This record gives sequence, C-alpha cells and structure tokens, in this order.
Amino acid sequence: MAGNVWVVADHWKGTISEATYEVLALGRSLADSLGVRLEAVLLGHGVRGLTASLGTADSVLYVDHPALADATGEQASRALAALASARVPAAILVPTTNVSWDLLGLLPGRLGVPLISFCRDVEAIDGALQVSCLLYGGKMAVTVAAGPGPVVLAVLPGTRSPDSGRSAAVPAVEETSVDLADDSRLRLLEFEEPEAGDVDITKQDVLVAVGRGITVEANIEVAEELASALGGAVCGSRPVIDQGWLPLVRQVGKSGVTVKPRLYVAAGISGAPEHVEGMKDSEVIIAVNTDAGAPIFSVAHYGIVDDATDVLEALAEAVRKRKG
Amino acid sequence: MPDPTASTLLGIPGYVYLWVLTGAVFVLFGRRVYLLVAALARGRAEPRWERLPRRLWNVVVNVAGQRRMFDIPGMGLAHLVIFWTFLFYAAGFAWNLLRGLLPFLPIPYPDEVAWMTVPMELLSVATLVALAGAAIRRYVLKPPRLAQSRDAGLILMLITLLVVTFLVGQGAKAAAEPGPATGSPVGEVIGSWLGGLSSSAAESLFVAMWWVHIVAVLGFLAYVPYSKHLHLLASPFGVLTASLSPGGMPPSSEGAARLEEFTWRELYNGLACAECGRCDRACPAYAGGQALSPKDLIHEVKVMVLGAASRGGGNGNGHGSLIDAVGAEAIWACTTCMACMDRCPVFNEHIPLIVQMRRHLIGQGEVGAGVQDMLMGMTRYGNSFGQSPRNRAKWTRDLGFEVKDARQEPVEYLWFVGDYASFDPRVQEITRAVARVFNRAGLDFGILHEGEQNAGNDVRRLGEEGLFDMLREKNLAALASSQFKAIVTTDPHTYHVLKNEYGLDGRVKHYTEVLAGLISSGRMPVSTNGSAPVTYHDPCYLGRYGGVYEAPRRVLQGLGLRLVEMPRNRSSAFCCGAGGGRIWMEDAAGSGERPAESRVREAAGLQGVGTMVVACPKDLVMFRDALKTTGLEGELRVRDMAELVEDAIGATVRSDT
Amino acid sequence: MKILVLMKMVPDIVEELEVAGDGTSLDQEYLRFIVNERDDYALEQALLLKDRLQAAVIVVAPEAPEVDDVLHTALAKGADRVIRVSGIAATAGTRSTVSALAATLPGIPGVLPADLVLSGCQAIDDLDGFMAPLLAGALDLPYLGLVSRITVDPGAGTAVVAKEYSGGVMGRFEVALPAFLGVQGCEKPPRYVPIAKVRAAMASGGIEVVAAASGPATTPLEVTAMAKPEATGHAEMLEGSVRDVAEKVADILAARGLL
Repeated sequence: MAGNVWVVADHWKGTISEATYEVLALGRSLADSLGVRLEAVLLGHGVRGLTASLGTADSVLYVDHPALADATGEQASRALAALASARVPAAILVPTTNVSWDLLGLLPGRLGVPLISFCRDVEAIDGALQVSCLLYGGKMAVTVAAGPGPVVLAVLPGTRSPDSGRSAAVPAVEETSVDLADDSRLRLLEFEEPEAGDVDITKQDVLVAVGRGITVEANIEVAEELASALGGAVCGSRPVIDQGWLPLVRQVGKSGVTVKPRLYVAAGISGAPEHVEGMKDSEVIIAVNTDAGAPIFSVAHYGIVDDATDVLEALAEAVRKRKG
Repeated sequence: MPDPTASTLLGIPGYVYLWVLTGAVFVLFGRRVYLLVAALARGRAEPRWERLPRRLWNVVVNVAGQRRMFDIPGMGLAHLVIFWTFLFYAAGFAWNLLRGLLPFLPIPYPDEVAWMTVPMELLSVATLVALAGAAIRRYVLKPPRLAQSRDAGLILMLITLLVVTFLVGQGAKAAAEPGPATGSPVGEVIGSWLGGLSSSAAESLFVAMWWVHIVAVLGFLAYVPYSKHLHLLASPFGVLTASLSPGGMPPSSEGAARLEEFTWRELYNGLACAECGRCDRACPAYAGGQALSPKDLIHEVKVMVLGAASRGGGNGNGHGSLIDAVGAEAIWACTTCMACMDRCPVFNEHIPLIVQMRRHLIGQGEVGAGVQDMLMGMTRYGNSFGQSPRNRAKWTRDLGFEVKDARQEPVEYLWFVGDYASFDPRVQEITRAVARVFNRAGLDFGILHEGEQNAGNDVRRLGEEGLFDMLREKNLAALASSQFKAIVTTDPHTYHVLKNEYGLDGRVKHYTEVLAGLISSGRMPVSTNGSAPVTYHDPCYLGRYGGVYEAPRRVLQGLGLRLVEMPRNRSSAFCCGAGGGRIWMEDAAGSGERPAESRVREAAGLQGVGTMVVACPKDLVMFRDALKTTGLEGELRVRDMAELVEDAIGATVRSDT
Repeated sequence: MKILVLMKMVPDIVEELEVAGDGTSLDQEYLRFIVNERDDYALEQALLLKDRLQAAVIVVAPEAPEVDDVLHTALAKGADRVIRVSGIAATAGTRSTVSALAATLPGIPGVLPADLVLSGCQAIDDLDGFMAPLLAGALDLPYLGLVSRITVDPGAGTAVVAKEYSGGVMGRFEVALPAFLGVQGCEKPPRYVPIAKVRAAMASGGIEVVAAASGPATTPLEVTAMAKPEATGHAEMLEGSVRDVAEKVADILAARGLL
C-alpha cells in the first residue's frame, strides 16, 4: 500500500470534535505501522485556523470552498472524492459523528471504494489492513480484511483517548482547491437551538439517566426523586426522547450531548453505542437493566440485574435515609 | 259507595274525563316507549334467549325476591316491601282503569275485594315505614354516589302520595259505611280517626282520594319513560336478558363508539339503571380517584339512548360518540375486576361497554405508549415482557430436577405457566416453589416451554381481539399436539380465559384446587403446626369470575392456618388494580389511594394478622410493591400459597438465584 | 404526490445472537429478523405526509425472513402499494443490496420518479455502507440524512426538514424535490395498527413481488472472523434483593463522597 493514511477532521461551529483527536491517534499508529504519512483533511470555508490543533498529523490538507460552509454531505463528499481520486490514500479514517454522517454515507458511492463502518480498531498486518468492527448494536465483534486499494473507515467514538491525539506541534498546511458545481437543492435556513432548558445536563455532577426499561412515562418521577435526593438531574437515552417523555436538551448520546458527571446512573438503558459514546467517561457508572447481557454492563463500573424503576425507588429511599 | 267515575264535574261524567286522560297518557307513554324501542333496535343484534328456564328463575330470585338489594342492611327489606306494594298498586290501578273506563262491566272495583285490600293496606303501612327509612338513608346519611336528584325526591313523594291517598280513601270508605268494614283492617283504624265526618263528606273524601290517586298514577305513567324511573319498567326485562356468563366478552366486533355499533343489550343497560351508586362504591378505579365512574358510564349510555329517542329516530347517523362522552382516560382506567356488575341489582353489564369502546380505540391506533410497546412485543415474541420466547423456561434452571416437556411426552397435568410467573424475577421464586411442591407430591406435570404464548386474557380485555385470536390459535395448536388430562395454572387470568374462552372448560384447574386435592387426598402430607393467623385475598379472576372461593381456603385449613377474613372478602374482594391491562399503563397524575395500597392497609388493619396470602402472580407483585409505598413492610408480609405449602412440607431450602 | 419508502430487515437482537460454524457469519437457527427501526420511522413520516397531502405511499423492501409481516403491516397502516424485491441475498451486504435495488426500481411501473424517497438513515447491520445515501447516489437524487421532521409544500416543490446535529441542535434545511431523505426520527413514534387489520391485509394478499434486476457487481467485504465481543471491562455486579442492592449502592456513594 503506497498511499498515505488520511484522517478527516470533523468540525462544527468553529470547533474540532473530540472524536477527531481520537481518530488522529488511531491514524497515527496506523500510519506508523504502514510506514506512510498521516495527513489530516480539513474541508470547510474560512476555517484555516483550525488546522493548528491537528499536529498529530504530519500535514494538513485544507480545502476551502464556500459550498463547504454548510457541513452537509453532498458537497463534502464530492470534494473529498475528487481529492482522494487524485491522491489515492491507502485509507481514509472518518470519525462517526452526526456532522460527518452524510459524508460517510455518500463517499463510498462517489469514490467507488469500500466503506467499513462501526470500526473500533485497525491494524496493519504485512501491509494489509485488519479492521475490527462492532456490529448489531454492539452484540457481535467482526474482523474484516481490507482488500488492496483505498478504503474508507467509519470509526466509532472511544477507540482512543482524545488526549493521545492532541499535539502541541503545529502541522504544515497544504491549501488546495476543488471544483464544486453550484448545488442549491439543499439550502440551510437556520440552526434551531433547543429550548433553553432549566437544566444544563453537561454541568451536573450527578445524572440519573432513563431508557426504555423505565417502561412508562410516570416512572420518570422515580428517577427525579433519586436525582433530587443526590442533587443532580434526570437525562435520557434516545428512545425516551423519541417518545416525548423528556425534552431534547436532556438527551445523552450521538444526537444529544456528551456528559462526564461524577456519577451516572443508567436505568433501563441497554448501552447501544450511540448512547455510550455520550457518557462513557463518567467517573462512576452504575447500570440497572433486566438483561444480564446488555452492553451497558461492559461500560459500567457497577451493575444490577433487576427492574430499573424498582431499583431507582429503593435507591432514592436508601439515599434519603442516609442523608437524614 | 258511589262509583267515582259516575260523579260529574261541569256536567260531564267522570268516565269521560278518565277516557280523555287515559287516552292522552297512553299516547304519550306509548309514543315514548316506541321511540325507545326503536332506538334500541338500531343497535346490533345479540341473542339473549338461551336457557329460558334459567333466566326465568333469575327473574324470580332477583326481581320478585330483590336479592341483590339485601347487600345493604335494612334496605333489602325496605325495597322488597316497596316493590311488592308497587306490584299490588299496579294491579289495582289496571283494575281500576278497566272498571272505570268500562262502567258497564259487571266487575267490582279492587277496593271492594278483600283479597286485594288486605294485602294492599298492610303493605301500604309497611311501605310508609320503608319510605321513611329510605328517605333517612338518602337525605340524612347521604351515602356516596347516591344522588339527591330531583327524580329521586319526586319518586319518594309520589309513592308517599299514592299510599296516603289509598289509605285515606280506605279510611273514608270505612267512615262512610256503617258497620265493621270487611277486609280493611287499616281502613277501619283510619276511619275511626275520621269519625267526625258526615256520611256524605266521607263519601266525597273517598271519591276525591280515588281521583287524586288515579290522576297521580296516570301522571307518573306519562313521566316514567322520560325519567330515571324508567328502570321500574325496564329492569325486569334486563334481568331476564342478563348474561348467564357475566365474565364473558361482547360478541365479535370492531368495537363501538356510536349508538348503532353497540348491541341492543349494551344500550339497554342505560334504561335499566336505577342510579343507586353501588357500582361506583365497589369500583377500585373510582376509589383510586381515576377518571372512571361506572355509574356515569351507564348514565351516558342512557343519555345516548334517550337522546336518540327524543330526536325521533332521525336518519341513523348516530348521536355522537359514547367514547367522547365518557372520555378515553376513563375507558382505559377499568381493571375489569367485575365488582360493579357483581353488585348491580338490575344486572347491568359495564365491562362489555368498556371493552367495546377499547376495541374501537385500538382500531384507531389510539392507545398509550406503554400498552402499544407491550402489544407489539406480545405480537412478536408471544409475551408481555418483550423477551425472546426462548427465555420462557429459564426459570426451570437451578431447580435440581428436569421439568417435563409436555410437547414431547404425555403428562397428567399440563402446567400453563403464564408470563409473569415465567419472566418476572420476583415471581420466578414462587414458580420454582410451585414446581418443587408438585415434584414433592409426585404430580405428573410438564410445561410447554417455548411453545407457550401469553394466554391472551388481558389482551382481549384491552380490546385487541385480533391479537387474542392469534395467541389463542397458537396455544390451541400447541395444546392439540400435547397429551394431558388437565391443565393447571397459577394465574387466575390465564385460568379464566383457558377455561371459558378456549373451549377447554372443565379440564382447567387453578393450582389452589390441585393443592387442595393433594392435601385432602393425603398425597402431600403437611405438618399442621398452627402459626400466626393469616388473611387471604380472593383474586378477581378466580373469585368473582371463576367462583372458586373454597379451594384456597381448604388449602389454608389443610395447612393448619387460622384464617381471618378481610372485611371485603369473597365476591366483595377489592381488586389489586393490575387487571384490564392496567399493569402496563401509568397511573393518572393526582390519583387517590391506589387500590393495592387500600387493600394492604385493609389487611394490615386486621388484629394479630401478619401475613396476607395471595394466589395470583400479579397480586403478589402489586401488593409487595404496595407494602413498600405504604411503609407497611415491617407489619405485614405478602406470601403466595405455594410458599406456605412449601414451608409446611419442609421442602428443601429454596435455591435463590 | 408520490412518496417512496425503502424498508429493510435486520437481525433481531432481542434474541441471543450466535456465531455459525464457519466462524464468520451469524448462526441462522434461532436468528429472527425485525424491521430496521429507523425505516419504521420513515414509514410513519410518509404516512403522516399522506394524511396531510393526499400523497400516495409506496413501500419497497428487499426479500428477507419475516419481511412479509412488515409489508402487510405497512398496508394495514395505510400504504398504497407494497413491493418485495426477490432474489437479493439478505447477507450479501448493503452495497450489493443497493446495487440491485437501484437496477430494479426504474423497471417497476409507477414507482419512479417519486417526489420524495424516504428510508432510515442507519441500521445495525450496515457494515459496508449505509443504504439510504448509497441508494440516493445511485438514483442521482440529492441526499440529506439524520432528518427528524419533514413538511412539504407540494406547490413549490420543496420540503423543509429538520436535521439533527449534536447537543439537541437541529438544522432547518429547504430541500428541492425530488430528493432522498435519510430518516432518523419523526414527530411522533410509529403508529399502532391492530392485528386484525394486519391479518386482513394478509388475507387479501397485496404484496407485489418483483425479481431483482442485476446491477453493477460489487465486491463484498472479506469478513475473516465473527465472535461475541469480549467485555473490555465488566461491571462489578451487585446481587441481592432490591433493598440489599440499594444499600450497597448507598455504601459505594458514601465512600466516594457522593452523598
């Protein structure tokens, strides 16, 4: 494999995502074992300043174009496809975030190369790539041999620590341009911030999270009791938000927020990757689920196999008694 | 005595007035009844004529005998007296009319015949006493849900008027005619009070009383089909056509919201209702402050039918939706415990109305998220826990012995375990205890393992007929390919539906019946060292629905335990609140006391009783939860029948998982 | 207005997944398939638009175990046509499925061109690509994914959609139709349809079956191993009754100064 390893820098609203640094760390070790360069690819408009933090890479390919300002996949995938067909990297690593989602979706078709998603690790073995992925909601680990030719890897959050991908070094920047035809079929009108909730869950020390296992909306009250007994707040995984039982501002996970409280109680949450990525760095994670095989138990520090509502109730009681 | 219809007013003889009045009243009454019947006829058909002798006997016991009225001390006798008085007065009225309208008929008036006047006078006096009692109850004691409505007041005053006019008339007759009156014991007494009147004055009084009485009755007759007193005429027919299997479901339908979609018998409930409030006072949802009032439900049916009658038939568009009138919240609040129907003196049927409306709501997809999730999981996996069917028999691990697979080999007892007993960790302990007890007693039993699906009782009560059909098909197929003598289950809901709605009938037993048999036959020797007294909660679907009250009590007796009955026991047992799909729904905000909490408080209030015995998995779960929420955990234990049996036979130590 | 909905089946993870003897694929014995959850939301969104705009909804699904249940349910919910594309191997991978669908759809009368194409924007078995964007590209339709609210102005030929970012932030986009939208959510969860209606749909048949046309060949990924993931860490499990467990947790919290 002669080509370089690329990492697409995922950015939004002027910030490089934490996931990008994780993937830079992964890309660094891959590039080193392949004996090739690591290049970060930054697509956008007027964001050259962001290249400075990508020092883990040997250099940054910066593509500036007005059409890339909106962060939709259509134009980004065209730009990246043009770039990749010209320069033929060995592998393109892309962090899987809501921002990069459409890019990942459209790129394989545009570029005509395979995509491997749900990646949690990649190794070079005798110059070929061996990719480890987590399929079926985290229930199966799959190893894929990447054939000859370039490949796009959609990398799950949490493969490396973000700090291991940060560097004080300032990388060289190669600014390059692509031809992008005007496409007004998708037009961003505005961003809608969620209604300013009473509570910012990213600032809480204690979070009591509820998932499907809470069964009915009324049981959220029990979570509220525990949360208030511990001086924290209630948040939820996707299914609870979908049902409308909690507002969007309380969603933890891929489409919600990432939280790092001192205590995270996951009640009735299975632990699907999209949720786990939003809370895995919490200091103490206590998980309650009736399914002993739920993936949440791999990420939690303490686990209880029982009915979520019952345990929350008993816990609220026990905490109240201790606090007097 | 002068013939009352011969006296003239303004030169016109009485019988002419009588003809006119009677004609007018009969037209009013007849037209109204016709419209009511026409409204009922717009409902769907429902056969209610089978086993006619049995039905007639029901009428004898419950209409002539007023049996259900005796649940309230004093009121049974009072109402029986008033009822029989009313029957005699009705007969007397018809007779008076006949003679009055056709003066040339060579028949006496009823007040001239001793075998009418003697019972009528005696009953009349008794009625006055009964009326006084009824008035005190309604206006002084004011029991909940018994309204001080205009109609109620009117009927009390009217009956009093009729009785008084009759008795005074009899007294006037006795005063006017010289010598002892025959067949008028009370009339004589009253006559003596009227001694000061001259003969002609007494005669005029008699005639006046006759006319007031007749006009009052005629007026009442015209009024009846427009008021709640319709029940006087309607309820006997309601009793005749009452369901002979009251726990059953309405005929197959897509549900009902408008008048035409209900059956005539479902609509009839509205006409038969006497608004006595017994159903409300018995209802656990109502007691818990939920939106449901069984009495209001029936009232809305009445409003719908009366409204249809008023609008004179119309063009059949229906007259609004009963669901809108009652409200979806109330409709979902019902636990189907059947306490309402069990108490109703006119045998109204509340639950079929609820289920019909639920069928309609399900058909529209208007069902809460909790129930929707459960139904979708049930459709896919055959259980209400949304778990893989392969987990159904997981509870059998750690038993220490194999449980036979009834699909593979013949068994004597096919144990239909049920969802809660199989999947809920809190109940699995009990299920294992039951297995150990059966094993110890040498019972030949097996289970269907993954072949078992939810039996579907609560699915049906939720109104999902299609899903019920599917579950029943699958279960019947599994049963058909198995060989067994009887089916046993610990779950009363399962027991009811397998026995009555799968066509399996006598082959289905509740485990308490099997245990009772094992103990009494000596196959399971138990050490009967008495311990602290216990109380027992009759499960709704075993007791009220199934009529099984004695078997569990025989088990307790066989174990040497002293039973202290709950105040609300046997058919008056108070529901735990889980039935009718409620266990998958949330409580509405701001409810009163939850039924399960009320029940454990009732049990805890019994002197010296430390254990409440249950025989249903949902009861176990609901009451143990209620102990926590009421803080009664230190004072009362909730234990399953199987646990007590196991204790008593000194079975090996339970292996807890 | 015509709305096309693509739905597919994925392995049902409520059941325990096992690895087959060859060590690289799923064991089929107890494997069950369930509709991709996001596709259910896509169908719900289509049906809501149908109610509001009197649109026609056509559902297309590649053949897979239990797909007929899903198609009958879609009919019972109100879809106008449901079509099963046979001859697509369920385990061939997403790119292969997309290639076959892209070749087949133009040949089914009355399906294309559609004003709006909807499909779930992710699935748990999308190892070698996401179906919605790949198919959009193959059909040459503009694509926007992670969409959770759609309103359509048929007169103007545009839709306004909400696209999910993170932190609960949504982007409102105006999309010129025809377009392909990858659905993540919907303003309400998928509706309930009573079993009786689904069985009635089953009884009246109604699934059109179309043989897949072959598209450009795609190379499947080479899966060299499949196994249950070793827990990279595992929680310390707390045993006992609910009260015991609550006490243990309270101890832990106290020890860490969290009380």
